[in-house]
Amino acid sequence: MAWNEPGGGKNNDKDPWGNNNRGNQGPPDLDEALKQLMDKLNGMFGGKKPSGSNGDGDNNSSGAGGIFGIIILVVIGVLLFKSVYTIDEQQRGVVLSLGKYERTLEPGLQFVMPLVQTVVQVNVTKVRSASLKELMLTKDENVVEVAMEVQFRVVDPVAFSLRVENPEQSLAHAAESALRHEVGSTKMDPILTSGRTLLAANVETRLQKYMTRYNTGIEIDKVNIKEASAPPQLQAAFDDVIKAQQDRERYTSEADAYANSVVPEARGKAQRMLEEANAYKEQVIAQAEGEADRFVKLHTEYRKAPRVTRERLYLDSISKVYGNASKVMVDVEGGNNMMYLPLDKIMENNNRTRNDSSSSSSNANSTSDIDSITDRVVEELRQRQTTRREGR
Amino acid sequence: MNPRTMILSVIAAVVVLIGLSSVYIVSETERAIKLEFGQIVTDDIQPGIHFKLPTNIVQEVKKFDARLLTLDTRPERFLTAGKKFLVVDSFVKWRISNVLQFYRATNGGDRYRGATLLANLVNDGLRAEFANRTVQEVVSGERDELMSHLTKILNDQAQSQYGIEVVDTRVKGIDLPEDLMENVYRRMSAERDREAREQRSQGKELAEGIRADADRQKTVLVAQAYKESEVTRGSGDATAAAIYSKAFNRDPEFYAFTRSLKAYEETFNGSNDVLLLKPDSDFFKYMKKSSGK
Repeated sequence: MAWNEPGGGKNNDKDPWGNNNRGNQGPPDLDEALKQLMDKLNGMFGGKKPSGSNGDGDNNSSGAGGIFGIIILVVIGVLLFKSVYTIDEQQRGVVLSLGKYERTLEPGLQFVMPLVQTVVQVNVTKVRSASLKELMLTKDENVVEVAMEVQFRVVDPVAFSLRVENPEQSLAHAAESALRHEVGSTKMDPILTSGRTLLAANVETRLQKYMTRYNTGIEIDKVNIKEASAPPQLQAAFDDVIKAQQDRERYTSEADAYANSVVPEARGKAQRMLEEANAYKEQVIAQAEGEADRFVKLHTEYRKAPRVTRERLYLDSISKVYGNASKVMVDVEGGNNMMYLPLDKIMENNNRTRNDSSSSSSNANSTSDIDSITDRVVEELRQRQTTRREGR
Repeated sequence: MNPRTMILSVIAAVVVLIGLSSVYIVSETERAIKLEFGQIVTDDIQPGIHFKLPTNIVQEVKKFDARLLTLDTRPERFLTAGKKFLVVDSFVKWRISNVLQFYRATNGGDRYRGATLLANLVNDGLRAEFANRTVQEVVSGERDELMSHLTKILNDQAQSQYGIEVVDTRVKGIDLPEDLMENVYRRMSAERDREAREQRSQGKELAEGIRADADRQKTVLVAQAYKESEVTRGSGDATAAAIYSKAFNRDPEFYAFTRSLKAYEETFNGSNDVLLLKPDSDFFKYMKKSSGK
């Protein structure tokens, strides 16, 4: 037996030397001591040779003495091994004295009575975990699939190792029961969405209650709801709801975008209308003021010399009008039916000359043309007048 | 080895064996009873080292697990008040509280026989409890009350009949039978579908509302602006008219005269115009006669 392995040494990794040096082989210094002891004993029993080569017993008395010596040494060695325990920092040792619980060993080098006392070591710092994933009913009779992980530690090694048969299995059962209970008293939507943390907290409280009640010596560190989802065959339908929610968001944000583009545009347009109206107002008033002022000033002068001013204004304006336009003087009484004026030709001519003038920029031509036309018209009229006079 | 040592060794071995068979250790996790020719002589032996008569011929020791034990029942169908079946998977935490009674009730202290007896009790208890409750109540509402009630009943029965203490009864799983599950899935699927449609149409509703509101704002903004601009133009026109009339009222006739002249100028302002003139207006007053008369 190794020092610290009471239960037959099933776990090699707990052995401080990492190999199978059980029973007959100890640490080097102990080995050395054993050898010396053996030599001494051999001397006592009369054997001259070292025990290792004391093979087939040619001398009975010395051979029997050698065998007894070896047996005694082995027994002493084994007892020494079984009485010394190094308890790791993470472990606690539960000491049973002839089956009865006596004490708990703290970390460090510890001694127990061999044969009488046995030690069960329990790791009290390791975080252990259990997980499950199952379909279960919710309060509103829907089905959800929940995956949960429970992390726990052993806080009472005595209870853990002595009071409950298979405490870890007890935890697994209790965890499933607690989870199903809490899921069964919650509606589906919170489980699938925001209520997961609350669910985990409720399960943790409930599970801890069970563990205390069963006296398992287990403390729940943390309960994680790793996953809460719809049953696999309904996943598509549930995904569609999420898509629909996103569609809903999309519709509204598209509409918002539309509103955000339309309203400011309209505001701008309104602003433009107002500005234009203001501009019109300013313009109209300014024009009115200008014209009124002009009129008043002119009128003041007019009052000083009405006749002359009136005459001057009239002639100025009319001469301006007549100066610009083509004109035909008709100094004839009656006989209008006899008179033919080629107005269309005149207009045409005017147009052509204007076009020419715009392209050739020579005004001389057009004026001379008009003059020639007028001349011709005047000539024509004169001839007609003379013929009429002759006819009279 | 010579015969003497051999005899000595055999005697020593027999002595050791007899000695060992008269000593027994009850572990911390156990309780024991001592029987003498099948009769119980010592009850509820606590952990530690104890002695009895050598060999098992006269006195015999039976040990029982004293820890908290788990009975994990098989899932069973139970009928609820709503005539619906539920598949229930439960477990029971129990321990042997009265060793003597347990030994008698199980015909020799067989733990698995005890578990079977307890399982029957649990089944009957669950059946009775479920028969009075609907699925809803079992699944969510009254699980705690149901279980503590059941535990109490089971404990009373098991204590008195079998020497078993029932510490806790828990339902691990309550599930609907397969055929009912199909219904649930169909219903859930339909509900999801409804939800999805609702979300989409609500989205459209909101979007339409937002658009319509935007359009309204646009129309109202433009109309308000039109109104305001017309008012502004009107007031401009009014002010201008006031200014004009104030000025022109000084001499309406002169205004008509100047305005007419201005209009003539504006009307005949191009060389395109052709005027046919009769020389009898004021302008031609001196055209025919220098006296103007």
